[in-house]
Amino acid sequence: MNDKIFQEKIDKEKKVEPKDWMPEGYRKHLIRQISQHAHSEIIGMQPEGNWISRAPSLRAKMILLAKVQDEAGHGLYLYSACETLGVSRDDLIQQLHEGKAKYSSIFNYPSLTWADMGAIGWLVDGAAIVNQVSLQRTSYGPYSRGMIKICKEESFHQRQGYEIMAELSQGTKEQREMAQDALNRFWWPSIMMFGPHDADSPRSGNAMKWKIKRKTNDELRQSFIDKTVPQAELIGLTIPDPELKWNESRGHYDFGEINWEEFWDVVNGNGPCNTQRLNHHIEAHENGKWVREAANAHAIKLEKK
Amino acid sequence: MSLIKYILRIADSSLIEGQRLSEWCSKGPTLEEDIAMSNIALDLFGQANGFLEYASKIDKKKSPDDFAFKRDEGDFYNLKISEQPNGHFGTTMVKLFFSSTYRYLLYEELSSSNDETISALSLKSIKEVKYHLKHSKSWIIRLGDGTKESNNKVQQSLNTLWEFTGEYFEEDSIDLEMKKNGIGLTKSLENKWKDIVIDTLNKAKLEVPKSTYMQTGGKQGLHTEYLGKILTEMQSIPRKYPDAKW
Amino acid sequence: MSEKSKVWEVFIQSKNGLAHKHVGNLHAPDKEMALQNARDLYTRRNEGSCIWVVQSIHIISSESEDGEVFFDPSNDKLYRHPTFYKMPEGSKNI
Repeated sequence: MNDKIFQEKIDKEKKVEPKDWMPEGYRKHLIRQISQHAHSEIIGMQPEGNWISRAPSLRAKMILLAKVQDEAGHGLYLYSACETLGVSRDDLIQQLHEGKAKYSSIFNYPSLTWADMGAIGWLVDGAAIVNQVSLQRTSYGPYSRGMIKICKEESFHQRQGYEIMAELSQGTKEQREMAQDALNRFWWPSIMMFGPHDADSPRSGNAMKWKIKRKTNDELRQSFIDKTVPQAELIGLTIPDPELKWNESRGHYDFGEINWEEFWDVVNGNGPCNTQRLNHHIEAHENGKWVREAANAHAIKLEKK
Repeated sequence: MSLIKYILRIADSSLIEGQRLSEWCSKGPTLEEDIAMSNIALDLFGQANGFLEYASKIDKKKSPDDFAFKRDEGDFYNLKISEQPNGHFGTTMVKLFFSSTYRYLLYEELSSSNDETISALSLKSIKEVKYHLKHSKSWIIRLGDGTKESNNKVQQSLNTLWEFTGEYFEEDSIDLEMKKNGIGLTKSLENKWKDIVIDTLNKAKLEVPKSTYMQTGGKQGLHTEYLGKILTEMQSIPRKYPDAKW
Repeated sequence: MSEKSKVWEVFIQSKNGLAHKHVGNLHAPDKEMALQNARDLYTRRNEGSCIWVVQSIHIISSESEDGEVFFDPSNDKLYRHPTFYKMPEGSKNI
């Protein structure tokens, strides 16, 4: 009975708030999706954090540090939204550490040159924006509000990345090659960020029904590609897909088939950086244990005063 | 030129400290603290940049990035404490606490400098440094008066870093020249610094280290083994591609 | 020794004259850290913002507007689900 009333509410585009009744399936789906989104922001700090110490100018250093700091903030907003569903941040971190929760596979690729900072900002944040703009209209209130706040801050990230790529493309021969090389390595993983074809995505059905998800994986992927190809052409870079072609009748770009074997390998834990990323997070968490314990001990002493 | 060297001393300490602090990115004990430390590092880079721009204006040949990325260790004038490794979180907070106390007092004095630019830069930076001091001070107290383990760890950090605190109060010929011109400090910050630090350590149930040996040399370009490695990393890209613009 | 920290709701007054607005929550061991973290996270160093922090467990909420429609009345806590209730040490599966 409640399920029917709930679905009517969803169909009327009303927001669901933390205190409202919701089907257990809806709650579990949201916890999974929001927490994985949060984990992605946090793990994403690592490949970019890798270049803060080596940023080639003071301005670039400050911009990159601000960007990574933003990502931490986004993770925090999302953990915050997730906790309203009745799960603690500690539990979520434990799930991440035990491999029970995932994060976006793109961050399982290494950042090998300064140009990767450009590619990541331009492509990875670009793909994230396409997804997040759509999620602003998600049915769960705290998630929707978190997304609106994140989207406002995200556009600076993509511009930062694209600016780096544009500068490199107009620079020395080594810089141009660096930019093209970064694009070559990050293009396919970026379009993989949108996930499997909808036909191969088991949870898509409920997600669309409950308006957690507003557009399909394939729709979002197509939207990203259509936006990004002209941006690459503008700065003289070549997208590493020989089958990429504008299709006049469709009004969209046709593109080659994704290497699904690589996709599932990386999702399932067998990518270049999976182990490294997780160990880094676990180690940071364990190294901080004594600090968190001390802070709590001190807080208790304060309360007793 | 004395004025440039004086400015670089301030700029370099902020730059190298910021560089060390930003190493904590994605490694903080909590997400909130990760953000806080990145914020502080950003402030320090901003302050360094401000002073380097002034140095660049006077020099007329080198840009702020030239100063940051093309000087060798011997031409850096940061205090030695800036380049010390982060160690564990307690060590980092002790470093930050010592330096923020110093910086806060320094900018307070320099905001009435005869040099307009130094005065303006100092005024601008005081608010930020006040927050750095508040933040690090509260962590010293929290960790000192937390658990037995945290108290031991921070006490060790204090004992290790104490010998780098003498450099804050050194006065050489450049300092004297700046003092004479009304540009630099007119009096020592040592007593005020000790007041703040000792008061905090007492609140934190920590012992003030008793050793009197003090390191020296940073202000003259004589550093510890750490600076070379920091610069190798920091300057690697512009040095590898000298013709490129970034 | 426990590592669990408290959850605080954050309210920001971004400009003089405006009302405080709820912006989200964060974790902090005590009120001083809660205020500092809120500044770092939610104001990004915009001076002049006034920040309120309140522990989530201290906020009382009215009934959800759905209360009459659904057959399951909610409580007066901020969130429906039992995260914010202290469970006895050693309890499992709850």
